[in-house]
Amino acid sequence: MQLTLHDISHRYGGTTVLDGVSLTVDDGEIVCIVGPSGCGKSTLLRIAGGLEKPDGGAALLSGAAPEGSLNPLTYIFQDFALLPWRTVEGNVSLVLEDHGIAASERAAIIADVLSRTNLSDFARALPRQLSGGMKQRVAIARALAVKPAILLMDEPLSALDSQTRELLMDDLVALWSRERFSACYVTHNLNEAVRLGRRIIVLSRRPGRIRDVVEIDMPLAERVDRLAELELLQRRVWDIMREEAREADREISDVA
Amino acid sequence: MSHEAAARDTANTPDDAGQRPVPFRGGGFVHRPLGPVAPVVFLAILALWELGSRSGFISPIALPAPSAAFAALADLFKTGMLWKHLGASLYRLALGWTLGSLLGIAVGLAVGLFSLARAGLLPLVSALFPVPKIALLPLFIIWFGIGEGSKVATILFGTFFPTVIATYAGVDNVDRGLIRMGQSFGLGWLSIVRKIIVPGAMPAILSGFRISASIAIVLLVAAEMIGAEFGIGAYILMAGALFALDQLIAGVALLSVLGLVIAWLIGKLEKRLLSWRM
Ligand SMILES: Nc1ncnc2c1ncn2[C@@H]1O[C@H](COP(=O)(O)OP(=O)(O)OP(=O)(O)O)[C@@H](O)[C@H]1O
Ligand SMILES: [Mg+2]
Repeated sequence: MQLTLHDISHRYGGTTVLDGVSLTVDDGEIVCIVGPSGCGKSTLLRIAGGLEKPDGGAALLSGAAPEGSLNPLTYIFQDFALLPWRTVEGNVSLVLEDHGIAASERAAIIADVLSRTNLSDFARALPRQLSGGMKQRVAIARALAVKPAILLMDEPLSALDSQTRELLMDDLVALWSRERFSACYVTHNLNEAVRLGRRIIVLSRRPGRIRDVVEIDMPLAERVDRLAELELLQRRVWDIMREEAREADREISDVA
Repeated sequence: MSHEAAARDTANTPDDAGQRPVPFRGGGFVHRPLGPVAPVVFLAILALWELGSRSGFISPIALPAPSAAFAALADLFKTGMLWKHLGASLYRLALGWTLGSLLGIAVGLAVGLFSLARAGLLPLVSALFPVPKIALLPLFIIWFGIGEGSKVATILFGTFFPTVIATYAGVDNVDRGLIRMGQSFGLGWLSIVRKIIVPGAMPAILSGFRISASIAIVLLVAAEMIGAEFGIGAYILMAGALFALDQLIAGVALLSVLGLVIAWLIGKLEKRLLSWRM
């Protein structure tokens, strides 16, 4: 399944947030979106998943969703968005309950995704009992439960400390190697972008336009061992972004 | 040199070589659970009061001794009138409060969820909430009769408004991110309301219950003071009219106990429904 954003523009009140952004997420591809704070990355992702209507342009899907996909476009949020009154398995169950799946089959799906994310021992725990990394694993398990075609991730690791972030990044790489999901991955962390992205789309400061696209051909699984090359790529992305980030920083302080 | 080394060795004993512990400035502003303080204070006040009455310091015309009030209560129990009064009061309270709360939650959810309901009903709620329902009692008597109807209606209206306000404020406070999450997974509207909005608003609804229950007791007594044969309010009114202060105190004590029991029940409910919070 392919997601295409075609010439997306969006305004909030008088300010243009996105201006003519076009991009395509191909089957099995992770596309990273980076850009200075406030340039409209989250807005773009909300438009991509149908949570917001763009003022101009369109978000388009092509190709059939994979067999048995309950929710082809599935989000993983920065703040996890777990229901605090439901246990880990209850949170996963929530997204299956509206699909008329028999209870036994639902239980089987829940057990399967929890074991794939190493959460089986925590099935009965409440979110408040879990660390940040665990909570995001639950959110990943919940996303896997609906067999997504494309994952939409808005800074999924930003709320975590750097060690946990490394662990989860390894998990994501391992998961991708097994399942070859497609993803649109928004981050400000350039290291995450070069570790996960097949393509990195660099947005300019507000109004967000595509500044540049950096393609990375290196297979995901090899990237942990070729950090020196990634470092160079990361530097390249940063060189593209630096001026934009500086200007954006100044803009925000002007407003405040 | 050796002197310095010695000083460093004993660095962790205070009063030595000008070293002193960092002054402790934390602490305070935290409540410790103190177990049986409340009953001790309560019993002490009762004992002082009893002592004052026995010694003649407190005149029985001004305030009867607690033992006298207790005797009145025992009398009430022996004659079986206790259950008649309590039963009548509890019936009105339960009916009025339950209906008022259910209606209040329904309207509060509507106000929280639908713009039309908010625009149409919220000004009405804001206008009627501050009106003392006791002032409307004569109106209710005309509408619902002098019997149970007017009393239940008073309590119903009294609990309805605070419940509406607590519920819609609770709905407004539900984390928008959770609602967006539900939408992003394709949950139906009813599922989002039932599984995300109602549980999210539950803490506010339950704290609304605490307020509405107290209001209900106040209104119960007021309503029973007009044209009721039985009920704690009627009993207190009768005692007041006869200047039987011991009975009056006994009636007031019954009300306090009722309030305590209801607060305890709501606490239990909170523990059950909000166990996910802590
Ligand atoms: N619902 C909204 N209403 C009005 N303005 C909004 C809304 N959402 C976002 N904005 C504004 O649009 C701009 C882009 O916001 P967005 O959250 O998409 O940026 P972002 O790139 O994700 O930023 P960050 O890096 O801080 O997450 C910001 O200036 C923000 O203030
Ligand atoms: Mg954002």
